[in-house]
Amino acid sequence: MLNYTITGKGAKLNKIKRILYSKKMFKDRDYDIVVIGAGHAGCEAALASARMGFSACLFTINLDTIGQMSCNPAIGGLAKGHLVREIDALGGEMAKVTDKAGIQFRMLNMSKGPAVWSLRAQADRVLYRIAMRNVIESQKNLDVKQALIDKIVVEDKKVKGILTSLGIFYGARAVIVTTGTFLKGLIHIGLEHFSAGRAGEFPSIGLSDSLRELGFKMGRLKTGTPPRIDAKTIDFSKTEAQYGDDPPIPFSHSTEKITNPQLPCYITYTNQETHKIILDNLDRSPMYSGKIKGIGARYCPSIEDKVVRFAERERHQVFLEPEGLETKEYYANGIPTSLPYDVQVMFVRTIPGLEETEIMRPAYAIEYDFVFPTQLKHSLETKLIDGLFLAGQINGTSGYEEAAAQGIMAGINASLKLRVQEPLVFGRHEAYTGVLIDDLVTKGTSEPYRMFTSRAEYRLLLRHDNADLRLMDKGYEIGLLDYPVYQRFLKKRGSIQEELERLKKTRMKYDDPNKSETLEQLLKRPEITYKFIDEHSPSDKSLSDEIKRQVQIQVKYEGYINQQMQMAERLKKIEGKKIPQNFDYTSVNGLSREVLSKLQEVKPANLGQASRIPGITPAAISLLMVAIERLKREGDKRAS
Amino acid sequence: MFTDDTIAAISTPLGEGGIGIVRLSGKNSIEIAENIFSSPKKRTLQNMKPYSVIYGHIHNPSTGEKIDEVLVTVMKSPHSYTKEDVVEINCHGGMITLRKTLELILRQGARLADPGEFTRRAFINGRIDLSQAEAILDLIRSKTDESRRIALEQLHGGLSEKITALRDRLMAICVNVEAYIDFPEDEIETASTQDLVFSMKDIGRDIETLLKTYDEAKFFREGLSTAIVGRPNVGKSSLLNALLQKDRAIVTDLPGTTRDVIEEYLNIKGLPLRIMDTAGIRDVKDIAEKEGVRRSLRSIENADLVIAIFDQSEPLRDEDFEVMERIKNKTAIAVLNKCDLPAAFSQESFSSFIFHPSSSLHISATSGNGLEELKEAIFNSCLKDWKEEREGVVVTNLRHKTSIENALESLHRASQALKENQPVEIIAIELRQSLDKLGEIVGAVTTEDILNRIFSDFCIGK
Repeated sequence: MLNYTITGKGAKLNKIKRILYSKKMFKDRDYDIVVIGAGHAGCEAALASARMGFSACLFTINLDTIGQMSCNPAIGGLAKGHLVREIDALGGEMAKVTDKAGIQFRMLNMSKGPAVWSLRAQADRVLYRIAMRNVIESQKNLDVKQALIDKIVVEDKKVKGILTSLGIFYGARAVIVTTGTFLKGLIHIGLEHFSAGRAGEFPSIGLSDSLRELGFKMGRLKTGTPPRIDAKTIDFSKTEAQYGDDPPIPFSHSTEKITNPQLPCYITYTNQETHKIILDNLDRSPMYSGKIKGIGARYCPSIEDKVVRFAERERHQVFLEPEGLETKEYYANGIPTSLPYDVQVMFVRTIPGLEETEIMRPAYAIEYDFVFPTQLKHSLETKLIDGLFLAGQINGTSGYEEAAAQGIMAGINASLKLRVQEPLVFGRHEAYTGVLIDDLVTKGTSEPYRMFTSRAEYRLLLRHDNADLRLMDKGYEIGLLDYPVYQRFLKKRGSIQEELERLKKTRMKYDDPNKSETLEQLLKRPEITYKFIDEHSPSDKSLSDEIKRQVQIQVKYEGYINQQMQMAERLKKIEGKKIPQNFDYTSVNGLSREVLSKLQEVKPANLGQASRIPGITPAAISLLMVAIERLKREGDKRAS
Repeated sequence: MFTDDTIAAISTPLGEGGIGIVRLSGKNSIEIAENIFSSPKKRTLQNMKPYSVIYGHIHNPSTGEKIDEVLVTVMKSPHSYTKEDVVEINCHGGMITLRKTLELILRQGARLADPGEFTRRAFINGRIDLSQAEAILDLIRSKTDESRRIALEQLHGGLSEKITALRDRLMAICVNVEAYIDFPEDEIETASTQDLVFSMKDIGRDIETLLKTYDEAKFFREGLSTAIVGRPNVGKSSLLNALLQKDRAIVTDLPGTTRDVIEEYLNIKGLPLRIMDTAGIRDVKDIAEKEGVRRSLRSIENADLVIAIFDQSEPLRDEDFEVMERIKNKTAIAVLNKCDLPAAFSQESFSSFIFHPSSSLHISATSGNGLEELKEAIFNSCLKDWKEEREGVVVTNLRHKTSIENALESLHRASQALKENQPVEIIAIELRQSLDKLGEIVGAVTTEDILNRIFSDFCIGK
């Protein structure tokens, strides 16, 4: 007989009790790890769990939308592309699936330095879904089930399992919640609104209440999508085509070649007429009429926001992005809106090339619940409930890549917890994934959080090109990265090392006949690239372009890289000063009320994290440092 | 906040002690001290016996200038107060040389210690026992409060607004660079390279101007040394007493009462004055008084400002002309004392003799007439010129100066990198560093601030 402590009130509590204790409840099997939600976070979480040797089950409201790209049909971009590379280096799936579904690849920022290059791909929405579903279904140790989860079952602040809306119970030692925008999702199109997880999908109401009952502080965010239009009704001759790189560069370290046919995107612009229609109808926008309470992201404003806030702009860009190879649907990137359908039709038809266009799916805004992420540890386990992990949009982020990065980390850390091992936490100098999670759990967020390279203090260390060098050791060590991939990587790293040493040792005379310089010194000069080495003193090994590029980057930026490494090294020392989880901050005299309340809210794991909480002063850190040392010594004294 | 770098501070109380100690602690302290120390016997700090004292000089390694004659003690880890390598430099020359020595040390890579940091390190490294922990917390708190109070005082006069304004302009550049990096697909118009180079130069120039005030404002830090001179019995000591509003110097009708230089401190509108009452200048036989006169002459030479007093109730004498001769090349104020008595010579005839002094004033040291005007004249004598130029914004605090200097260096490196066509992320690193350094004075700039600005300045959202 199950005997769980049930949280909840009145009728709801009674209903749950009825289900749990009545014969109606069917107890299906137990899993090690259960993942709720099969979006980008959920898929990575489930795969990581299963691949690390645990029996796992992935629950989704709809089996047909596994790995659904609910917003734009693209993966990557600045900083996001970096995240995808990191997921790949750890043994995740997003990069590989993108390579299978990609229909246009572009390396962004090629005119700038290598630390800020980043890959972006247009992906076929359907191919992506199929490829991801195929991986999930073929994965050993992993089951997939269609069910709506209503409740997380907890006993003594420890997770025990989950309960579906049909009253079926699954036991679990760890639960990872990756529900995206589904928690109390509310879609707005003009002044109309209705409950939905995404357009055309069920929302999840019970789970949101369940989290609230467990004691989580929750907020509400908003995001939006643009209209999808029919290619048959687009006059592409009035737009400007934008092609991808040729040949396309893949995302994954393991992909040899992109095989899909490649498609262009098309660029067109709004105009004064468009803007006038939008302004004339602002009173029918749920955002401007105050109906939407959730907070939207400033980097992804609706077209009405753009027109109002940047009134001096004569036009705004619209990217027409193909949704796939086998569909006529195009995603009109740049004009997300919550205006009513008739206004959408009117203003879209003022845009060159779209005069005759038919909207296939209207644009909409969606509001949804999220959990304030300062309630999480760096492992993404909640501080409140042992064994409960949250990842993805539920933590206040936006973006597939941000979600997937959290998903893989939640999967890894749930598995490590079951192995009774220390969680895997990346420093801000090791991975964008580390920056992402540290920002979330330390600073929280008030708008949908997106990754930017400017969020990273050590941008030069966290490059797109060195994700494998940064993370593959870890990925292999925890048992997630396949051996053949790792073996290839070891060979590559060896060649880089060897070539770097050769450049240090080999000397030649260049512009000064009386002075011989090492190849390394020459390569450091701004005007010299690796091509020069190839021409004057090539290696006797055949080195790939990738290796040559890596060598060039490491030599040219050595000074700055070392400088950033030293900074990171110093940071690590203060990160090493752990703060006990139950530390009583009120025992430290002299902390201001503001500092005190922030420390109590975030409960930082160490002094480094404490120092990054907004508003925490260096003097407060000094006081904490002494107080913690005192506590430690008192403990030592008692022990001896 | 970091725990493994080398810190330095003046560790004797502020004020005019005869000697003072600059202390360094951390793994590079011996190396840093070595760079600015020379011993006549060519001994090195590295090789000296711990706890022994070595005699030598502190010099500026870039100019070779000798700063002070010092005694240095080296204590090697873990046998020191902080359990780290500690160097203590005993300076002889009072506050000014102590500060110069500290500045040199900071330039060699040490960091100015945080309030209570030596003691905190001593505790963290296990040097101080548990029972003293509470006392250390109190120390950090009180020192922090004290330094906050001092910093606040020194931030008055618009410095904080000035720094904030500079930081805003720097941030505008930073925002352009960051937006250019992070939003390659958005149609945003970021500033051209030329514009950026131009504004960086502009900001750099303003930072330099601000930095110069540190040297110019040395009067605020070190006090304006002011000598009161004149022939015997014109009322020098009476003036000192009147300015201090207390009887510090012995005043008699007998000429030659003051035989040594009397030094006192006085504050005029926040400007600290080191004011010296000197022996009257005259030809004397008495050996003690002769020495007094010699010292008077030397204080004229060393003073930033000379107040020359003349007795207007008596005709000018040779000794008065001697005084005028001595102050010819100094910043000086001529004061005609005893204006409560009938004048023995006219203002015109006086002006024809003494051509240099910037101003001459009538006062009565005994009645207090004209004292306020004199104070005004003293304040203006050294500060007027730059005060008008800089709108009164002055950098007086060493911590602030170091931060501003570092900000300027990073800015220079950023514009250098820009000119050399270095990748934009390198420029971004330097700009961020520059911004952070200014932020140390008026509050940190966070990534959020930069993003806020990007989203308000540029229409982002492909």
